[in-house]
Amino acid sequence: MTGSTASGTMPSGRLRLRLEARDQPGLLTHVAVSLLLLVAALLLAGVVMMVAGGNPLDVYRSMFGAGFGSKWGLNDTLVKMVPLTLASLGVALAFRMKMWNIGAEGQLLMGALAASGIALFAVPPDMPQWLALGLMAAAGAAGGAVWGIVPGWLRAQFGVNEIISTLMLNYVALSIVQFFVYGPWGERGFGLTPMFERNTWLPRLTEFADQWSALRGLTLHLGILAVPVAIVFLAILLNRTKFGFEIAMVGDNPDAARYAGVRLRRTMIIVMALSGALAGLAGMNEVSGVVHRLLEHISPGYGYTAIIVAWLGRFNPLAVAVVAFLFGGLIVGADEIQSAGISSLLQGVILFVMVSGNLLIRYRIRLRAPEMLE
Amino acid sequence: MIAFLTAVLASGVRTGTSVLFATLGELFTERAGVLNLGVEGMMLMGAMTGFGVTWLTGNPWLGILAAMVVGGMMALLHAFVALVLRAEQVVSGLALTFLGSGLSAVLGSPLVEVRQVDRIPTWPVPFLSQIPVLGPILFDHNFLVYIGFLLIPLCWFWIYRTRQGLELRAIGENPAAADVQGIKVMRQRILYVAFGGVMAGLGGATLSLALTPTWVEGLISGQGWVAVGLVIFAGWDPIRAMFGSYLFGALRRLPIDLQNFARFRANPSIGYFTSMLPYLFTIVALLTVSIGDIGRRWGAPAALGRAYVREDRDA
Repeated sequence: MTGSTASGTMPSGRLRLRLEARDQPGLLTHVAVSLLLLVAALLLAGVVMMVAGGNPLDVYRSMFGAGFGSKWGLNDTLVKMVPLTLASLGVALAFRMKMWNIGAEGQLLMGALAASGIALFAVPPDMPQWLALGLMAAAGAAGGAVWGIVPGWLRAQFGVNEIISTLMLNYVALSIVQFFVYGPWGERGFGLTPMFERNTWLPRLTEFADQWSALRGLTLHLGILAVPVAIVFLAILLNRTKFGFEIAMVGDNPDAARYAGVRLRRTMIIVMALSGALAGLAGMNEVSGVVHRLLEHISPGYGYTAIIVAWLGRFNPLAVAVVAFLFGGLIVGADEIQSAGISSLLQGVILFVMVSGNLLIRYRIRLRAPEMLE
Repeated sequence: MIAFLTAVLASGVRTGTSVLFATLGELFTERAGVLNLGVEGMMLMGAMTGFGVTWLTGNPWLGILAAMVVGGMMALLHAFVALVLRAEQVVSGLALTFLGSGLSAVLGSPLVEVRQVDRIPTWPVPFLSQIPVLGPILFDHNFLVYIGFLLIPLCWFWIYRTRQGLELRAIGENPAAADVQGIKVMRQRILYVAFGGVMAGLGGATLSLALTPTWVEGLISGQGWVAVGLVIFAGWDPIRAMFGSYLFGALRRLPIDLQNFARFRANPSIGYFTSMLPYLFTIVALLTVSIGDIGRRWGAPAALGRAYVREDRDA
């Protein structure tokens, strides 16, 4: 039994494990412990795969090769990283103030839906590309924002638990998307809309192959530029503005924040709007940059993975992007071995091990004789 | 119309039973002061295990038992991480849900092909099931539904009328005071978290062995989260949890019950909207308790979600 909780109940005279809080866990401690835990998580998940009858070494090798092993793999990983980073940054922003927004999936879907509506019905084929893309991005962000504001307002105004409401709205959003792609916007009941006009596509690298031949065949689209922009935006918002300070304050101690004059309700709603807007942009990126149409399975669970990514990145924008890159590779790898289950299993184990291991970062474990305690 | 309402209520009771079990389990977990958001993951593992063991052994009751054991073990994992290692309970619970959905998908992949296993038998209660209206609603179900009927008053009695229930409420409201009284706070919390997992496993297996009966990835489709919401809606009271669960069940089955009407059959896209109803219901249910003063009368256990560290007692 670890933990000082046990110290009172244990008979005296034995060695005890004792937890000492670290004053200020350094960056090195963070990185070292995190890497250690990652290895532990991979080992654990490997054991599960062996139980399920697979060979974890083969699985890991082909997953890693698919995600990071070649130019093409890196291309695919970066393509997945775009929506993942945007959604994760949104989640991280909300988590920073302890708003448990686990509705990024639904916000992403609503963003994709809104952007698709613009692409299908508001963009004539001769509209300049920059304008079409701008309109779609605005619609995507707005669609996601609405899906964030609803639970944010319900929480701020009435105290409705946002964990439940955001999660429920994921299923509602999926039903709405299904209604449109099988119904009014659908093509012959296949669950997808017609292909969008070319001027609504985010340009891909391969389109610049005339100037740089190395880019030929690369499907990475310009949506990747949204990643550094979003990181800088969020880093400034969180660390350099009064609003960011208020968010952190509410997260640490809502009562103190209220006494200090933070308008809690307003802050909650704005944060949920921004959080949803980022996820909505992720949805716009998928329809405009990758598939060029709306379909039921537009997201392989980016919104859920974003929760893990946000937490593993400790809500720090740059760290979130790094983790999103790694998890993008994980998704590509899971596609390669055709098992979405492996991917969510790995994500679950990694998060679980990291959460438990958090103790190692916050506390130092000491073995001591009981007399020394007093 | 009466026939339709009878059918809706009957299927509500039948369908709501899986979420009822999970809700009752989470209710005890939270009464003990621990938040476990892993219900969805535990239900998924319960559903997969129950279905798999039934397929292997041919005995659905063994499947139910295995599902309960697996649910309990997963909950113990949460207890270890959240109580012993004192990780943030929200994140640990989320991790449990991810773990459960991944693990059930990987381990259950061979089961997706299986079409038919023995399901929990239906047993119309002699004579009582013949009563008009009430008979089909209450007395013409599978055995698990009746077990649900029995559990509701038992849970109520345990919480409000036994010494154990008093201790349970004490460790959820004021663990430090309970500790002073000599109640083993840590041990009891771990046991109640495990109980919550056992019930979630049972709820998952109810779905895969009595309701659908089949296994697909993500079979639970959010019902574990609904259970967490219903605990709040119920104000941590088993009787109200019953109403919430059966109402949810009725709404969940509504798209299928509505197929009896030609108008709905002719317009299948209505189904996309009726299938939103159970989820919207959960939000509205939370909203009603927040708006009314119910929330204040039946508040959350005061120590919910906070680890109890004995040495922090005076702080």
